Amino acid sequence: MSAVPVTIRRTVELQIDGDAVRVPEGSTILDACKARGLDIPTLCYGETLTPVNACRVCMVEVEGSRVLVPSCARKAEDGMVVRTRSDRVDHSRKMVLEFLGSSVDLSTTQHVDRWNREYGAAPERYGPPAPPAPEGARDRAQAGRHHAGDGQTAATVAQPVKIDNENYVRDYAKCILCYKCVEGCGTDWQNTFAIAVAGRGFDARIATEFDAPLPDSACVYCGNCIAVCPTGALMFKSEYDLRQAGGWDESAQTVTETICSYCGVGCSLELHVQDNTIVKVTSPLDHGVTHGNLCVKGRFGFQYVQNRAPGADDGA
Amino acid sequence: MFGAGGGTSSYQEVEETDVIFLWGSNARETHPIFFHHVLKAVHAGARLFSVDPRRTTSAQWADAWLGIDVGTDVALSNTMAREILHAGLHNREFIERATTGFDEYAASVEPWTLERGQEETGVPAEIIRDAAHAYARADRAIICWTLGITEHHNAVDNVFALINLALLTGHVGRYGSGLNPLRGQNNVQGGGDMGAIPNKLPGFQDVERDDEARAKFEAAWGVTIEPRYGWHLTQMFEAMERRELRTLYVVGENPAQSEADTAHAVELLEGLDHLVVQDIFMTRTAELADVVLPASASWCEAEGTVTNSERRVQRVRKALEPPGGARDDIEIVCDIAARMGHDLGPPDAESVWNELRSLSPMHAGMTYPRLDELGGIQWPCYDEQHPGELFLHGRLWESPISGPPAPFNVVEHAPPVDKLSDEFPIRLTTGRRLDSYNTGVQSGGYASPLRRRESLNLSPEDCERLGLDEGELVKVSSRRGSVYAPVRIDETLRPGLAFMTFHFPEEVETNVLTIDATDPKSGTAEFKASAIRVDRLSDAERTGQAASQIAVPAK
Repeated sequence: MSAVPVTIRRTVELQIDGDAVRVPEGSTILDACKARGLDIPTLCYGETLTPVNACRVCMVEVEGSRVLVPSCARKAEDGMVVRTRSDRVDHSRKMVLEFLGSSVDLSTTQHVDRWNREYGAAPERYGPPAPPAPEGARDRAQAGRHHAGDGQTAATVAQPVKIDNENYVRDYAKCILCYKCVEGCGTDWQNTFAIAVAGRGFDARIATEFDAPLPDSACVYCGNCIAVCPTGALMFKSEYDLRQAGGWDESAQTVTETICSYCGVGCSLELHVQDNTIVKVTSPLDHGVTHGNLCVKGRFGFQYVQNRAPGADDGA
Repeated sequence: MFGAGGGTSSYQEVEETDVIFLWGSNARETHPIFFHHVLKAVHAGARLFSVDPRRTTSAQWADAWLGIDVGTDVALSNTMAREILHAGLHNREFIERATTGFDEYAASVEPWTLERGQEETGVPAEIIRDAAHAYARADRAIICWTLGITEHHNAVDNVFALINLALLTGHVGRYGSGLNPLRGQNNVQGGGDMGAIPNKLPGFQDVERDDEARAKFEAAWGVTIEPRYGWHLTQMFEAMERRELRTLYVVGENPAQSEADTAHAVELLEGLDHLVVQDIFMTRTAELADVVLPASASWCEAEGTVTNSERRVQRVRKALEPPGGARDDIEIVCDIAARMGHDLGPPDAESVWNELRSLSPMHAGMTYPRLDELGGIQWPCYDEQHPGELFLHGRLWESPISGPPAPFNVVEHAPPVDKLSDEFPIRLTTGRRLDSYNTGVQSGGYASPLRRRESLNLSPEDCERLGLDEGELVKVSSRRGSVYAPVRIDETLRPGLAFMTFHFPEEVETNVLTIDATDPKSGTAEFKASAIRVDRLSDAERTGQAASQIAVPAK
């Protein structure tokens, strides 16, 4: 019987904050930090995505390196000396958190309040936010035509939320341009390429081709972009509507793992249920079948079990 | 195949193979997350071949599209086999050690020159040659198929034709080489595993030939099991036709809309003495029933297991309370048994599963805690130390092999039953679209921006020849009946080929057109090949039909 090929992995030893750490060759500095139980903030990092080094919040200091390095992408090397909490590192993280916090709505981004406290970041010191851009204005912005702010208010990406279909909404006032949705839609997983980054500098934004509404774009509604979005810029409409109505309550939700009811691939689903109603569907990132990805039927096709006729619950 | 009905490879192997054939499968739309694994392979340099009459969204990712004429799969396979043999690319050592029937097979494919193959299949000879060489020369190669292979009158022969190619080249039983039917429903595989097929007890133990297994089940269940194969669905309908089958208990199936030649199927169901339907919906079939047993949705309102296309048994769990009156299938079955005077034991999923484990050796090691811990287990799994098997039939690579050798099966090309003629000159094939599913009972429940109503997809050439515009309502007729559908111009189709789904039976009953010619070996109907004609409507017909079309909401 021919055997399953075995990958033999060597290990490397590095020093993190003074402690020796041994990790498998190919691990990143972030992997090594996690193995040590260290809490490194990350935003654009995704365990199922190719690192794009966009957000710069996970930077660490490596001895011998002129600049800070992104721990999520940089491979651990034998003999490397890493500092995760030097003044330089803390100052850099504070700056990133302030720039993001002053220009983007991070109200649904996990951990941000804690990180702000930890790194002494005060986004509000950049002034009150400038008024939001009118609908579509940021989509029409042209490279090289950006006007500097007035110095009194904080420039922001605030703009009206885009709701053009029943499945998910795009609230780009919350977008930090981490690229995760682009990666998930692109070569990392879905390979549909419905979205990319358009524009330059502060006018850069995630866009469909020619800013077409989603139903006119290449989007196939797999929702794999929502699954990786760290800020809630992309959100299930079911979650968005509940939040708008003040009814979203994670403490009242259960998450149950089951298997999709459609084709025979066997995708693992996590059903988020509130008041006996499925409010969103995710898939575990570490599941070998899906790696956290689903198709439109798995992600949104559950509705048939809860299109209940009025009175049906009374046994009618 | 070779005694166990399941795909031989794992999804992980698909990512690491060198050549992939998607044969009669549009996995990009019908198995989207499986296709992610295919794309990993493509990005890593694997060559992808798509064998499909339509240039599907899967074919658009392929290195080569083998756009065969509908129903010429055996011709293509035999032509590839002859080319492999004549180029000396067959795996002599493997054939010698692990197979039987090679000489007869080799002789049977000898007439299939590339020229004849091209003539019969419509695929250019050089592309057949390239595909044959790529498959035979690869270190690792996987063939995947779906209903494009099995929904034909010669379904089993089509599958044999693919198995023959794997045996000829040794592309089975090794990591990264295998044969994989992609299952169309979330528990088609599990249904087979659990004995919901007419010839097997759970765990693929033969009900007729395996006396020992039968005795084991008889002892456990306290009943006598007749050593006799049952009927599959098509045979049941034949028995209804003969008025031999008078009572039917349908669980989670909608044959009144999913069977080929719908009108006839409904007539037979209506003629039964007694029809019981257990379903989560009041389906068309349920409307015909004497008794309807409302069931809970097995994947989110009940506990249990399902098995996927890589033989992975995974747990489904209860996340929702079912609507009032709807009950777990297990409870319903246990209650019915109790009324009949049998105690089937406690009506809970884990007890049922543990009984199964005690009777089906290939599931013996799959305890619920292990299924949780390992994220599912791929059968066979004989004991609680066994991790399950990534791939099957490694025994064929032992020297000498353990167990019986794998047989070549001589298969002859047999074109579709529903012949094209001057009266019915267009070949209609059917399939699924990404966001919809079967008769739409489930997928009709959610809002999809991708969803378009049913249409008759035709090639731009045919539309021009017939003078048809996009969206124009036409009459589509086969030898069995007619439906009205709007035309959609579809550039993925070649002249003479039409495509429809059966997702919107309330709007267009596509299965009025399809033929119930079935494969005598598997009972599968030839949904993939009907002969049709397309007629323009008179103004009066158009007005009348358009009104009734619009009156039916898109589901």
